[in-house]
Amino acid sequence: MSILLDISHVDMEFTTPSGTFTALKGVDLQISKGEFVSLIGHSGCGKSTVLNIVAGLLEATRGGAILNGREIHRPGPERAVVFQNHSLLPWLTAYENVALAVKQLHGGRMSRAEVAEWVAHNLRLVHMDHAMHKLPHEISGGMKQRVGIARALAMRPEVLLMDEPFGALDALTRAHMQDSLMEIQNELKNTVIMITHDVDEAVLLSDRIVMMTNGPSATIGEILDVRLERPRDRLALASTPEYAGLRAQVLRFLYEKQRKVEHIGSAAAEKKRKFPAKSVA
Amino acid sequence: MSIPIAFNERTRSASLGAKLGGMLQTVLREVAVPLIGIGAFLLVWEVAADRIDTSLGKFPGPAVVWEQAQNLVTEYRDERVKEAEFHARQAERNAAKLAEDPNFEVKPRAYTGKATFPSQIATSLVTVLSGFVVAMVIAVPLGIAIGLSKTLNSAVNPIVQIFKPVSPLAWLPLVTLVVSALYTSDDPALSKSYINSLLTVALCALWPMVINTAVGVASIPQDWINVSRVLRLPPLTHVRKIVLPAAVPMIFTGMRMSLGVAWMVLIAAEMLAQNPGLGKFVWDEFQNGSTNSMGRIMVAVLTIGLIGFLLDVTMLQLQRLLSWDKASASR
Repeated sequence: MSILLDISHVDMEFTTPSGTFTALKGVDLQISKGEFVSLIGHSGCGKSTVLNIVAGLLEATRGGAILNGREIHRPGPERAVVFQNHSLLPWLTAYENVALAVKQLHGGRMSRAEVAEWVAHNLRLVHMDHAMHKLPHEISGGMKQRVGIARALAMRPEVLLMDEPFGALDALTRAHMQDSLMEIQNELKNTVIMITHDVDEAVLLSDRIVMMTNGPSATIGEILDVRLERPRDRLALASTPEYAGLRAQVLRFLYEKQRKVEHIGSAAAEKKRKFPAKSVA
Repeated sequence: MSIPIAFNERTRSASLGAKLGGMLQTVLREVAVPLIGIGAFLLVWEVAADRIDTSLGKFPGPAVVWEQAQNLVTEYRDERVKEAEFHARQAERNAAKLAEDPNFEVKPRAYTGKATFPSQIATSLVTVLSGFVVAMVIAVPLGIAIGLSKTLNSAVNPIVQIFKPVSPLAWLPLVTLVVSALYTSDDPALSKSYINSLLTVALCALWPMVINTAVGVASIPQDWINVSRVLRLPPLTHVRKIVLPAAVPMIFTGMRMSLGVAWMVLIAAEMLAQNPGLGKFVWDEFQNGSTNSMGRIMVAVLTIGLIGFLLDVTMLQLQRLLSWDKASASR
């Protein structure tokens, strides 16, 4: 398959009061059309930085990313982002949140009725058509994330970027959301990059799992091909040796090869690392 | 079986009793205690007032003030009667002239009686609200611009900090001179005293709105800005669809603070500018120096306080109605 997204030789440095902090060093990754790739690694390893560079929210210090032959310099709807904490605008209803995106991107080409239909279609896709006209604070965390996904899908992205989309949800809701996402993927066959902390989530959803080493100077440690047949069923898979093997491989990478040494003050160090990323964005 | 039922009955009556007790406590706290507070205040006032002798006689106690309040209402009624009589006489006269000469051109004349207390309240409200609106029209766009640009913020912030604590009494002479120089018209539609008061109010009410709007805009979550960037919203759409709504709760907070400042400043401005509102009423009574003056000023003081309170409550209700962030409206 042809390469849709080419991330090559990406270094990322942040200037902090205590000097230059190298977050990423030599990140190389090629992603084909229709592929579902997860990035997994310990917190602070720069997964989000990789995603933000692809999104165009951050600019790599060296190297860069090319989507469909065009170099990425700034954010754009062809690289729609599903943010970790839904990021819905609280003064707009679920429908209006999606409609803001649709009107901005397709408003010129679509009639009013077509816009309304496209918004409703995407909300139906994530099973949110029953609560279309509710405000974000009136719906649950899982539902908000569904609307966030609908908004991203409505942009018809060439690559869908998901930054720990289910990280803030409880385990049951998360499982439910993963099933929904697989169902949508079966239909749309989007190219997806998803950041996750959850080993099961990575194995269940991905075609490839990209495992990142610990920072500073984080890079890609190993890439694991997940050749489980689709559609996948979590219950049926849970008892198969293939699934268990894949899961074990990821766990081994995370907890043997890249064991995170937690020391006092690491939380503060992480904050320091995250802060410049924010101010740059 | 009878035991659990009896037990149920008892718990139910107990919980009913607890509920009644709770309600009683609420009534006590919400109604009785404030009433006791007001009563105690009136008592202290009466006792203290009786001991203060001034050149205009004893300081007015609550009873005297109440009497003066009634007097002010009576004066207003009398004035309305006079006005009605004036219009009746005028109509009669015009009718008579028309009967004499059918070509007579009727020129209606307005009644120019003395200002009454309610009309002074109305003048004050009109002045404060127009000053507030002028301030808002300047402050909100300025605040948004400052909030969006760190550079502009650094440039403007020192100026804001210096002008913010300036008293209206310092501004007014300057405003008066500038208005006199620039606002020259033989037949001015708006009186100079009104313009002077309005501008002074606006100058003082500007700052809380500027500061709060700027803070509201500057503290918009990065995620919402990222949404806008991914959608590639053009700058004006970004301001209209993301920045302005996101800052609405803080803008309202600023508006409430500004309206409070505006009302406080207005009284002083009216005193000096001789705008026929509550400030001028207080000043005129002070200059008048009759035995009733202090009582009438006290009526004005209480009226000013009550209206200030009502303005704040109205603003809060408006915020509850219009702001998406219901939590910030209760703060």
